[in-house]
Amino acid sequence: MSLNVVKFPVFPHLKKIIFPPRWLILFFLFLILNPVSSYAQEDLSSSWFNYHRVNMLVFLIFFFAVIVIFIERAKVGKSLFIRRIAGLDAIEEAVGRATEMGKPVLYISGIEDVDNIQTVASMIILGNVAKMVAGYETPLYVPVCMPFVVPIAEERVKEGYAAAGKPEAYNRDNVRYISSEQFAYAAGVNGIMMREKPAANLMFGSFYAESLLMAETGLATGAIQVAGTANIHQLPFFIVACDYTIIGEELFATSAYLSKEPKLLGSLKGSDLAKAIIMIILAVGALLDTLGITHFASWFYIE
Amino acid sequence: MQYAPTVIGDNLMWDLIGIWFAALLTLCVFSFLYKDNPFYKFAEHLFVGISAGYGVTLEYYNVFLPNLWRPLTQQGKLILVVPFIFGILLFSRFFKNYSWFSRWSMALIIGIYAGITIVGYGSGDLILQINANLLPLWTGKWLESLNNIILTIGVITGLIYFFFSKEHKGAFGAGAKIGTWFLMISFGASFGYTVMSRMSLLIGRIYFLMAGWLGILH
Repeated sequence: MSLNVVKFPVFPHLKKIIFPPRWLILFFLFLILNPVSSYAQEDLSSSWFNYHRVNMLVFLIFFFAVIVIFIERAKVGKSLFIRRIAGLDAIEEAVGRATEMGKPVLYISGIEDVDNIQTVASMIILGNVAKMVAGYETPLYVPVCMPFVVPIAEERVKEGYAAAGKPEAYNRDNVRYISSEQFAYAAGVNGIMMREKPAANLMFGSFYAESLLMAETGLATGAIQVAGTANIHQLPFFIVACDYTIIGEELFATSAYLSKEPKLLGSLKGSDLAKAIIMIILAVGALLDTLGITHFASWFYIE
Repeated sequence: MQYAPTVIGDNLMWDLIGIWFAALLTLCVFSFLYKDNPFYKFAEHLFVGISAGYGVTLEYYNVFLPNLWRPLTQQGKLILVVPFIFGILLFSRFFKNYSWFSRWSMALIIGIYAGITIVGYGSGDLILQINANLLPLWTGKWLESLNNIILTIGVITGLIYFFFSKEHKGAFGAGAKIGTWFLMISFGASFGYTVMSRMSLLIGRIYFLMAGWLGILH
């Protein structure tokens, strides 16, 4: 049967995944069979393919495939359910309170660069916050730590204002570069908190030791604070100093929920399926290990 | 390349000035504990300004010169013209009509970073984490077995909490609730541990003031 007669009416892009072009198959065959590679080979620097990490390749391909399938489902309009996260209501509440008080909203996107997925998620949330804020005509301040994040933050805020139908309300000066140095940034943000007295502080992204410095200052100014990070060591500080805390992966779920972007929704659903599989692996693996069958665990070992 | 000779450390006067300056700035920052004041504002602006300037200098000498300029001009690695151009495009943001050029560079940076880090995350945060949590529930030793059971239940219920495709209701909700307890206990432990490390930082600073500046402690 010719491959061309196989029909994929629902997911046209799946055809490319399941039946990749011949050059791609040949490329991978070459990688796997290239003469300098072998299991016995000690020096991997001369090889293009590391056989010791085949398990990781299999896992990544599997998870990529799952995520791509869910993205395709989201693109064709399939309903993908995501449960509501409590922190989402808190964002709206915080912005609403700032509007009532006639005070600005402060949005802090963490201290990592754009290569960090938390910063990317934070930028997506920022776009939605900007849209919300523009609707209420409340000032939004975005102090930024990393230079590369500045243009993205500017774009997101600008898009948010435009989406709310108020592009003229966008003020470029409100997205400010402070400093790439962690504590200098914290000092700058603390200064803004004390002088501008924002009624709502939204902190989403990757935070480190500066988290408590900023959250504590925000608490002292009486602002309503909503924070979210996947850096587990900083979560306790946000939990004690903020009104609402979005924990770990909830940050990414929040960005997907707010944006309704098919790619993000699909990624979230795909990672949910991956988590379900990992839970099964853990339960089965623990039982097998208890019965003395240890070979299963060796599939999940990387040198 | 010639750098300015370091006089601090060799010269007692410079040492003294440095210590006094550091001590006074420390007190300026500590004054924030009372309330926002001109001393804190001075320290804050000085810190932000110097760190920004220092960062630019550091990037120029440690990144731009050794990774791009010298290999390009002295070693003739013409391939580096490509990242050079992409770097220049980042500055197109300053020109309204051409600012969209910077998106190419941003897309390249994000894409390359994502590709590089995914291997690290895949091995460290996925495969090896699964491996570390595949533990026998009965080892013949009561305490070790209990530890393994707690760890396995904690990981699985923690994953249930972070499952977003299903409402936390019924048995699934009970699992998520248990996961929340595990998370809160771990946060409490992490909080205590980090507070201790912050205390040691405070002790270090107080020691500097007492010993390095005032000379009260030896």
